[in-house]
Amino acid sequence: MERIPILKMGGYLLVSIQVDMHDRLAMQLQDDLTSKIAETCAQGVLIDISSLEMVDSFIGRMLANIAAMSRVLDAETVVVGMQPAVAITLVELGMSLAGVRTALNVERGMELLSASRDAAERQDDLGPR
Amino acid sequence: MTDSVKTKLPDILATHAQDLLASWMQRQLESVATRRDLMSEVELQRQSFEFLNAFHRAAEAGALEDVRHPAWRPVRELLERVSQSRAHQGFSPVETATFVFSLKQPLFERLRDEVKDPRELAAETWMATVALDALGLFTMEVYQKVREEIIARQQQEMLELSTPVVTLWEGVLALPLIGTLDSARTQVVMESLLQRIVDTGSLIAILDITGVPTVDTLVAQHLLKTVAAARLMGADCIISGIRPQIAQTIVHLGVDLNSVTTKATLADAFAVALKRAGLAVTRKEGARNGPAAPLFAPVTER
Repeated sequence: MERIPILKMGGYLLVSIQVDMHDRLAMQLQDDLTSKIAETCAQGVLIDISSLEMVDSFIGRMLANIAAMSRVLDAETVVVGMQPAVAITLVELGMSLAGVRTALNVERGMELLSASRDAAERQDDLGPR
Repeated sequence: MTDSVKTKLPDILATHAQDLLASWMQRQLESVATRRDLMSEVELQRQSFEFLNAFHRAAEAGALEDVRHPAWRPVRELLERVSQSRAHQGFSPVETATFVFSLKQPLFERLRDEVKDPRELAAETWMATVALDALGLFTMEVYQKVREEIIARQQQEMLELSTPVVTLWEGVLALPLIGTLDSARTQVVMESLLQRIVDTGSLIAILDITGVPTVDTLVAQHLLKTVAAARLMGADCIISGIRPQIAQTIVHLGVDLNSVTTKATLADAFAVALKRAGLAVTRKEGARNGPAAPLFAPVTER
């Protein structure tokens, strides 16, 4: 059965979606990713969807869910490389993925993750407000 | 009416060609519908002359009651040209149609002089009326079609003109919106903005709505859609150029723009964009404090 590979890079997990997403694959990714985050104690998840040409509401919701689940497991999610057509489709579907952070490409996404990790560390030092 | 009926129309058109043209011209020039400011008398004379010639040839070929007959093709083509040029020159529908319909009176006068038998006269007049009416309607149809083409082309041009995406700085795009935002324009704006974000790798896009006359809930919704799409791509949007009246309207309508950075002027938005990009504008050492104030507080390093 085909699976989307999840790569570990330092404290982050990198998911690059290179094939057409279908619902079963999306559910599988959700399962794999959550267990991988728990297993590796990852601080951030980077999902590269630059090869994704088409989305539907299910995939959009899946992205939002993954971000929410990662947050519960204390990992920041950044979705990178969304195509203009995909962005327009998601907006037209009424899904603006409010809880998901986005970046233009993998490099920018990595910068975003390290910036937020630094901020989180400072926050941890200060203790709870 | 069948072809066996002998009509005198071609003969009349041939024998009275000159004075028919003269009195038709006179009628056209007297009529209020002739626009001498748009078209010279010589041009009108030429068109009238060509039409009479073509009309004569077509009438000779028969089938007076059916202007779709191949024999009428030259007449139709001529009228198409006339109608097209008038539509482009800005003639009104009435002014265009008068060209054909004003031929009726001179033609009927000649018929009255030539045909003595009342029954025959009625038949001849009827035939001429049918032909001229059909030609007049045909002229109107072409006129309408040309006008629609002009409108469609202008709409397309407006759409293209109104969506320039400019690069203000490396990584900073600006989109000066001009005119009302409807769904079709929003689509074009969104597509060109997102494409430019990908092409330039920009992080910040400024949507300037100085040129948008009114902002209602629909326009606001379109703006928010564009902002949301840009955010999905990983770029931040700033909305600038919000006039005081528009700020009032937005609040009265209950539109929620809290999720977006908004600034009063494009200059303010640009200053924010530079700041986020970690850039600052400073005054050159020794530069005179001219009237051109800096966009924001100069960084003094002495």
